[in-house]
Order: sequence, then C-alpha cells, then structure tokens
Amino acid sequence: MSTQQSPSERGRIWFEALTGGAGVVEHTPQSVRVADAVLGGEQTRYLAVVADTHNRFARARQGELGLDEACALAVHVRRTIGADRQRARRPIVAIVDVVSQAYGRYEELFGIHLACAAAADAYASARLAGHPVIALIVGKAMSGAFLAHGYQANRILALDSPEVMVHAMGKQAAARVTRRSVAELEGLGETITPMAYDIRSYARLGLLHKLIEGVNADAPGQTDVERVRVELLAAIADARAGTPELASRLASSAACQTRAASSEVRRRLAEQWDAA
Amino acid sequence: MNGVAAPDCRRFLARSSFIELAARERARAILDVDTFRELVGPFDRCKSPWLPLQGIVAQADDGVVLARGTLDGRPALVAAIESAYQGGSIGEVSGAKIAGALELALKDCEHGRPVLPLLLLETGGVRLQEANLGLAAIAEIHAVIIALRRHVPVVGVVAGMVGCFGGMSMAAALCSRLIVTRQARLGMNGPEVIEQEAGVAELDSSDRALIWSLIGGEQRHAVGLADDLVEDDAAAIAAAVRDAFALGPPLVERSAQVDYLVKRLACIDPQRPPDAIALRRLWREGAVN
Repeated sequence: MSTQQSPSERGRIWFEALTGGAGVVEHTPQSVRVADAVLGGEQTRYLAVVADTHNRFARARQGELGLDEACALAVHVRRTIGADRQRARRPIVAIVDVVSQAYGRYEELFGIHLACAAAADAYASARLAGHPVIALIVGKAMSGAFLAHGYQANRILALDSPEVMVHAMGKQAAARVTRRSVAELEGLGETITPMAYDIRSYARLGLLHKLIEGVNADAPGQTDVERVRVELLAAIADARAGTPELASRLASSAACQTRAASSEVRRRLAEQWDAA
Repeated sequence: MNGVAAPDCRRFLARSSFIELAARERARAILDVDTFRELVGPFDRCKSPWLPLQGIVAQADDGVVLARGTLDGRPALVAAIESAYQGGSIGEVSGAKIAGALELALKDCEHGRPVLPLLLLETGGVRLQEANLGLAAIAEIHAVIIALRRHVPVVGVVAGMVGCFGGMSMAAALCSRLIVTRQARLGMNGPEVIEQEAGVAELDSSDRALIWSLIGGEQRHAVGLADDLVEDDAAAIAAAVRDAFALGPPLVERSAQVDYLVKRLACIDPQRPPDAIALRRLWREGAVN
C-alpha cells in the first residue's frame, strides 16, 4: 500500500499567487480551483487541482485527479471556449500539481477513463479553437492525471525544483510493476532519460517550452511570481504565433536528439503514405 | 454426423475468432480483401532505441501494425496494437507510429481526401521502460484523434484478451464509436495496479469474475461507455466497423458531453455506491439518460 504523505500544497500556492485571489469562479468542487485574473492586461483563465481531504470520493483525497475533478476541468474549460466564441480567445493556464489519477474500484466502474478523456478533450478543443493553452508544472505531473490536466497544452512550462517531476507512474508503483527496486529504477533513470523522474531530465526530452530556473517553488515571493508571469506571457505569445497543433514538441533541438526515433518514424510514414 | 445442428451451434462453428488473431491478421481481416498495405513495417526496422539499453530484445515493428487499405471501397487507415509484444505497451516508436499515421490521415482529411481511421486497441498503456516518451506519444495520439474527429468518425475496437488501459483507455474514450466484445476490458488503471496502490480490500485483482463485471465489455456497453457489443468473430467485427463508419460522426462526441457526464456522476452517492448491475439501472433506466 502506498505510504501516506501530506498532500502537496504547491497547486494551491501557485494558484493563489498568480490569481491574487481575484475572479474566483464558484460552483466547483473544493478540489478544483478556477479563476479569471488579469495577466499582461488580458483576462486569463487559471485552473488548478488541489487536495481536498474531505473529497466525497475517498480515493481522491490526496490531490489525485478523480472523477469529479476531471469533469470539473472539462466543464470550466468548455465554458471558456463557449464564452469566447465571438471574441478574443483568452489564454488558459493549467497549474499542474497532480500526484496521480485516482486509483479505485468505483473510479473504474464509473468510467474515470472517460472523465479524464473529457478533460483532455476540452483542453485540446480550446487549443484548436485558438485559445493559447499553457501548462505550468509546479509539482508532480503524473501519468493519466497529467494527460487530463496539462498535456494538451500548446506550451508546457515547468519550475526547476527537485519536487517537480513528470512520469508515467509513481516511483513505488513503477518499481513494483516492473519488479525492480526503487534504487534500481532511479539508477536506470540516470542513463535512460525517459525513465527519469526529475524535471531536468524531462527537459532533455525536448517537450518543455521552458524550464524556469531560480524560482522558490514552495514559498514564492513577489519577484518569483513576476518571473513566472513574464514566462507565461512569453509562452502565450509564442503559442499565438505558432500553429495550434503539438508539432513544436518535435522541433526543439533537444527533441531532435532525444526523440530522433519519433521524427524518423514520421519521415518514413510520409514517404510511404501514398502508394508508389 | 446427422448434419442437423441448431442454428446457434452452426453459427458458433462458422465463427472465426478475432481475439486469436495477431495484430497484422486483425488489420487484414477487417480491411477490404487484398487492399492491406503496411506502412513502416518490420523491414523498416524502426525499433525501440530504449529497450536494448535495458537488455530487452526490440521487435522490428515495435508492436504496432499500420495498414492502409479500403473499407467498402473508402480509403482507410488501421492502427493495430500487437498485445503479444510487451503487453501492447506504448513506447516511443509504437506511439509515434500511431500518432504519425493519424496525423497524415488528418492532413488528407484537411485536403478534402477523407481517410477512415480505425484503432485496434489491445494495450496495457505506457511502456514503463520508455515511461515519459510513451506518455508524450499518448498525449499526441489524443491530440490527433480530437482533431481528426472534426472530419471523420474515429472508430476503436477493444476485442481482448489484454484489454485497453492507462492513457490508451482515454484514447478509446475519445473515439467517436467504440466496439467491444464480452472478452474486452476497458479501464484507466489495471486491476493489479489498483490492488497494489489501494490494497486488496479495494480490489482483488485475482477475482476475474469481479473484474469483468466492473470493466468488461458487456458492462461498458450496458452503461454507454461502449457503443457496440459484438461476438468474438472476425466477420462480425468487420461488419460492425463498417456500420460504425457508415453512421458518420455523432452529434456530440462522447467525451464532449460534459453536462451529461456531470449529471451521471451527480446521482452517485459514494457513501452507498451502486454495484455494476445497479449502475446499469441508475444510468440507463433512471433519470439520467
């Protein structure tokens, strides 16, 4: 069984720091925070998933992305798309600190896969509708939870901090599933970049737009928050200047190296697509 | 032999199992006869660059078969996952094959040349030996399915026996229409992972009857998480695929019906959660329909 640590506060801390308590959208579960706050003179929608120890679903009380959380994200991203249909598309910022999707019997029975898909669908639809969608990873970005909340963004930013990590499965669980010890797993991560958990290794995969260095991730001061705002604005501008697809994730110099096989497959596919 | 078999029995004997077919044969069995043309096949030797570093033999097609061909004469693309190789897991190459092929189908659609995309899903999800690159590829698969659906329906099949899990269960949920058999399982987290994470009291992964009652094809179909329940028969699945494409895109895609999803969740009391059969009543026959 997983060891219980106190849930991370990073999502809440950065949500409050970036929105300044302004424009909070009510009628959401306690575990999903939504606000419209001004960023660079423009209304921007912020969304974060935070731990609610009283969550009505017991398996989603430690900051996991559960059924209600995934649905609430889908609702509030889609409302943004609907509201901006006839006007400038406001930026959407997903503040990411999600320890995992909720693991439970009832989560499966009630179709958490569809709830997560609905959230991913909403973010992708916002991107395709012309909203700059930015993921800001301030803590953990794990597995299905990250697929639902953040991975459909035009641009992904992350704070350079030891607790910031991206992975397909938590360390303990991954060790058990692959029949390795946690130490073995960590050792493999040092040589096999995609297996590493830390954000600096992740940056070497070329999927990040920017790794934001030198920011206090746990207790951000005014200059830290300003730094992140500047990076958010730059990412929004870059997303608006680019295409709405995810092609930029293969274009960076790091991706050309580490994800060479991903590009090679696409090159061959294009060659063979139409019959000779 | 008296030659008088009951009709059901004759039908059973005439069936040809789809589940028993390997990915390549599955794709061939569904496409119009003699139209199968494989893309980036084993002779291209696009293998996983990451598995040999961990002492694991890399297969020449990385466990995904891509084929172009036709369905009732219309251009189609099939992406079939081979469950016999690494549990159908998605690594960098197998993921890039699916995403890349769907991206080319999208391009054709955007240029007024529709291509019907079909996914034969048989996968445990991310290949943990390629962790973050598998996860990234799955995000790209989600992205292109969502973009493609604006042009053509995207059809998925989960036949069994591996089922469809992890990030790829989200891909299944993003499909415009999903076809399952009774042998299929569809879920976000595999039963073993739930047992490890939440304990055996939460879920006993060795209780096969329980697992299938929760996430099996029949239950998924009964509560509207899959559209068609078909027998394990290659001809029946090929026909269901054609019917699914013939229906055209749904009015609203399943994963975009968020108000409906919220309503369905709102009627559940986690303190007294319904079991699988009660859920069918609640969602199918109750107020939420």
